[in-house]
Parts: sequence; C-alpha cells; structure tokens
Amino acid sequence: MATIPQRIIHEYLRHDKKFPHVWCSGCSIGIVLGAIIRAIASMNIDRDDIVMVSGIGCSSRMPVYVDFNTLHSLHGRSIAYATGVKLYKPHLKVIVVTGDGDCTAIGGNHLIHAARRNIDLSVILINNFIYGMTGGQCSPTTPQEAIATTAPYGNIEPEFNICELAMGAGASHVARTTAFHTQEVQGMVKDAINHPGFSLVEVISACPVIYGRLNKKGGAPQMMKDMRDNSIPLTAVDKLPPEKVEGKIIRGTLRRDIRPEFCAEYAKLVERVKTAEGKNEEL
Amino acid sequence: MKAKTTETTPKKAETKKQESVLTELQTKRERKVVLMQGNEAVAYGALDAGVNFFAGYPITPSTEIAEILALELPKRGGVFIQMEDEIASICAITGASLAGAKALTATSGPGFSLMQEGIGFAKITETPCVVVNVQRMGPSTGMPTSPAQGDIMQSKWGSHGDSPAIVLYPDSVKESYELTIRAVNLSEKYRTCVILLLDEVLGHMREAVRLPDMANVRVISRIKPTVPPHWYKHYDENQKYLSPLASYGEGYRFHVTGLTHDVHGFPTNKATEAAEMMERLRKKISYNIRDLVQIESHKMEDAKIAIFAAGIVSRAAKAAIAMARQEGILVGLLRPLTIWPFPDDAVRKMLRNVETVIVPELNQGQLIHEIQRLTKDKSESNVISLQRVNGQLLSPNDILRKIKEVS
Repeated sequence: MATIPQRIIHEYLRHDKKFPHVWCSGCSIGIVLGAIIRAIASMNIDRDDIVMVSGIGCSSRMPVYVDFNTLHSLHGRSIAYATGVKLYKPHLKVIVVTGDGDCTAIGGNHLIHAARRNIDLSVILINNFIYGMTGGQCSPTTPQEAIATTAPYGNIEPEFNICELAMGAGASHVARTTAFHTQEVQGMVKDAINHPGFSLVEVISACPVIYGRLNKKGGAPQMMKDMRDNSIPLTAVDKLPPEKVEGKIIRGTLRRDIRPEFCAEYAKLVERVKTAEGKNEEL
Repeated sequence: MKAKTTETTPKKAETKKQESVLTELQTKRERKVVLMQGNEAVAYGALDAGVNFFAGYPITPSTEIAEILALELPKRGGVFIQMEDEIASICAITGASLAGAKALTATSGPGFSLMQEGIGFAKITETPCVVVNVQRMGPSTGMPTSPAQGDIMQSKWGSHGDSPAIVLYPDSVKESYELTIRAVNLSEKYRTCVILLLDEVLGHMREAVRLPDMANVRVISRIKPTVPPHWYKHYDENQKYLSPLASYGEGYRFHVTGLTHDVHGFPTNKATEAAEMMERLRKKISYNIRDLVQIESHKMEDAKIAIFAAGIVSRAAKAAIAMARQEGILVGLLRPLTIWPFPDDAVRKMLRNVETVIVPELNQGQLIHEIQRLTKDKSESNVISLQRVNGQLLSPNDILRKIKEVS
C-alpha cells in the first residue's frame, strides 16, 4: 500500500465507523481537526487519556470521527459536561470542540463560568460567524450588517469578541488564529492542551456554502485568501500604523497566565479537610 | 485473633464465635437514633449508596441536600461542585458518570424543568445518574416553601421524546434514606437517570431515624466490561437489556451521543437501528417491572373503599383510615413507592375487591388519571378525586370527610 501523506491523521480516525463525514466541501472544520490531531500526535499523549467533548452543530460533529473517548452532548452544554468529566478524573485531557453559536449563545453561561473557575479544559472554538447546521441563522459573532437567514435585511446586532469575553471572565490562556494558518492552529492547540488551566483557542473559519454564499464572499479559495489577507499577527500590531490594524483579525496568544487551577484547588481542599478530619478522630 | 480462633475451635463453635463478633461490631458501629430532616436523609442515603459526585444549584426546598454533601463529600474524597445553573448541574453529573462516578443532583420544580433536556440525554445515552426533586408548589416560582405534588407527570413526561422513567416516591424520612439508596442502585443497574420525588414537607420535616449499619446497606454498582476494548459495545444487548458500562479513561474509547445511535454509540439514521434503540430503552424498564415496582398495601384485606395516595398524603390517609375504621368503615390504602413505571398489575389486583377508590393528591389531578385508566370498566362515580392546591396539606380530617361521603 502506498504511503499516505496524512498518515498521522488516519491513525487517529475511526475509519470503519461513520465516514464519509457531514462537512461541506470548502469547510474549515476538517483543517482544524487535522491540526488538533497533529498537535496531540506531537505531544505523545495516550489516546485513552483524551476525552473530546462537543455540543451541537457542524464543528461539534468532530468527536464522531476521532478515536478518543468522545462525547457529543447537548446544544451549548459541552463545557458543562466536560467539567463533570474533568473534575471526576482530573488526569484526563479534556478537549472541548465547539462553535460560535454553541459556545457563546446558548453556552455563554458555561463558557464564562468555566473560565472563571479556571478548570483545565482546552476549548477549541471554531468561529464561522453563522449557524451552519441549522441553515445560516445569525450567531453572536455574525458581523453587523452581514446577511443571515434570520437577518435577511442585514444583522443589526453588535457581535461578541470571543477572546475578550473569555479574558474578561478570567480565562488563563486565550489565543486566536484562522483556519488558513494551520501551523498556528496546531501550535495553539498544543499550547492549550499543555496549559494547566482554562484555555480557549478561537479559530476563525470559512463556511463558504452558507455564510460565504449569503454574503457573497466568493467561494472557499477566496475565503481562505481573505483569512490570510485580513489577519495580522499580534507581534506586528505595534509596528503597523493604526489604519492598517483596524478591522483586521489579530492572530496570536492574547493571554498566557498561570493561576490556580480548579481541579488542583479542589484536590487541595480534599486534602485539607481529610487532614482536619484525621486530627478530630485522634482527639 | 481470627486466625487463632479458626485453628483452635471446632467448626460449630467457630461459626458461633464469628457471629457474635459480627454482632458486636454491628452494635458498636450502629448509628444512633437521630432527629433528621428528609433532605438530610437523602444526603446520607446518597453517601451510603456510594455517591461520590454532586453538582447542583441552590433552590428551596432542596438546598440542605447540597449543603450536607458540600460538607461530607470532600471528607470522603468525593467531588462537590456548585454549578452556574441547573442545566449545567445535570450535564456535569452525566459527564462525571461517564467518567465513572456515582453522581447525583438535587433540585426543585423550576430547576427540574430546566434539567429535562439533560435528563433525556442521560436516558438516551444510558448513563446512570440520580435527580432528586423536592417538589414545591408551582407553576413557575409558585410557593417555594409550600408543598405540592405537581411534578408527578413532569417526572414521567417532562423530557421530549419517548423516554421511559423510573421515579421513586418516599413518604417518611427513613424511607427518603432508603429510596435514595434504591434510586442510586437502580440507576446503576438499569443505566438510566432515576428520579426521586420528595414532598416539600418531607424534605423539611424532622423524624427520629436510626440509619442502618453499613453492612446492611445493599449497594449496586454498574457492571464493568470484561471483554477487550475492540469487542466492547457500549450498548450491548445481554440479559434483560442491562449491559456492561465502561468509563472514560479505561481504554475503551467509546462514543456517546444524544443522537439516535447504534449499539456502538454512533449516530444512525437507519430505521431498523432507530427502532432497536427505542425498543431497548422501553424494554429495559417494562421487562423489569417486577424488580422496579414497590407498592405498600395497608388494611386492604377487607377494604370496600381504597385510597390511592403517594408521598406525604398517604400519611394523612393512614390516619384517616384509622379513624374511619373506628366507625366501622372498611377502608384501606394503596401507596406506590415506585410511581413510574406505574404499578398497573398490583393496582388492578388490589382494586378488584373494592367498590370505590379515592385519590387524594396535592395537585389538580395527576395520579388519578392512572387509576381511571385502570378502572375503565367501573363507572366514574367509583373513582373519586380529592385535590388541594393552595400550599396546604390534606389533613386526616379532610380525607375522613371524603371517606364518609362515599361510604
């Protein structure tokens, strides 16, 4: 058999299960999945120790295809399920894959509270600015004036800046990039998994079939080019004149902060309580 | 000590000696009689059943359960977490259960409504967990510290889609303890979300209770798979639809989804596989009704009038029966400890000999529908409803008055 270039990815997929996948051609989710797998492969983590949790939506279909412990949960609730898994077995690496609608609309509450607790979850948020699976409705990240099936005259709502939202809530590791920059995605996923605390990686993605078509973005290759041309690395922001920065997607690690992690704090509490109990019994 | 005894004493004496040692141990360890609330009994029942994960959100009248577990679980190395809402709570306990925990949450009506989608998820994914609902008067915020039995139907039909339910309903503080253990055991055995319904009064009422020695508490835990990972089916059909359950991190790498799935847990759109999954959910409850259903019969041997009541109302009914019997009225009580699945056979059998059934309940008529369903052959005047929804209990006199009316 000829050597397949993407051998690493193939090793991690559930070939015999539910392929072909549900994603449209030109969709960025597969690129992100590839980056996640390459990041995990490069870290040599035992796949038995990985739990991939998702909610509902296009990106949330990812767990079906990968050979980890996988949980495709309720719409918006992936972080809440992941919290239960992580808290009961803290040695597991819990990766949450979610979309903009799933995580910041219905799941907004869980996102901010997990960030506040600083529980060690790695949230990979694929932001394609639209509800893809339900057919193109407005999401909290749909840009103002963009067209969606529930905003046929143009969206009048201001959008969420997801990274700022997560940082505001206390997330200790926050990064943003685009699906065009695959190496960056891979590196950021790796950083997120390595980070002891709550981490969020926002991956700006292309949805050419729905968002792109509704907003005349010119198809998948054009949307890829746009992601390349409309984003600048965080390191370049200071060097560029303000007019060149305005309206651009800033890529990079926006925060990396070590602060007490929730599961570790809980373990300390248990230790403290048990010690106190032991003393009481002696008395 | 033990080894010495075995060596030196003949067989008969040895058995006796061991027995006495055991008795001595039991007496020593036996817990004292204590004045305890229903909610406390639930918390201790949960601990004795091996619950090691609690996620919850505060709501009256269930908060004591969370408070006690917040105190006790860390001492035993268990996990307590107060989540951001009830939805997060049911999700967290389901996630923890998939990771291997015995998980429980406690709430009341409004929180229970929020949890319904998550309860359905636990049922379709066949993940063991327990939801305690200390009922308060509704709808909506209602009367947070007043009793009502308005969630009887919600506990069965609350979640969307067809999802057979196991719901237990105690009537005393001691029984709250016992049925909590039973709820955890049944959830583990049948791999589903079991609901424990409590009345507000019971949650807050104090009674003298002697908790049994741990040696006498029967604890059931999920069956673990013994096959190698590549043979493992997450929804394996073996005897009576109860299949082994692996946990995350044990090397089985299974998929769990709320989508209709095949035996491996992967989403399916095939009609045959969908029907198979739905049948499996139904049959594991309906084929095991004998194991699931518990019903108490009180003075029914010679009864001409039967009272069918659950939870706190059955206690008033018992008092009313004592009074009525003093006046020569032959009346008895049927009390379901398991309200879902409904004890059809037991009720049919016991109702065969009575002329009239009174169904007193703290709602606008929920349990009575089941009795009406089972007494189709009888005229309407034979099944009498006694309802109250004003935040007050039905008193023995209220029930006695009704008994006299129909006798």
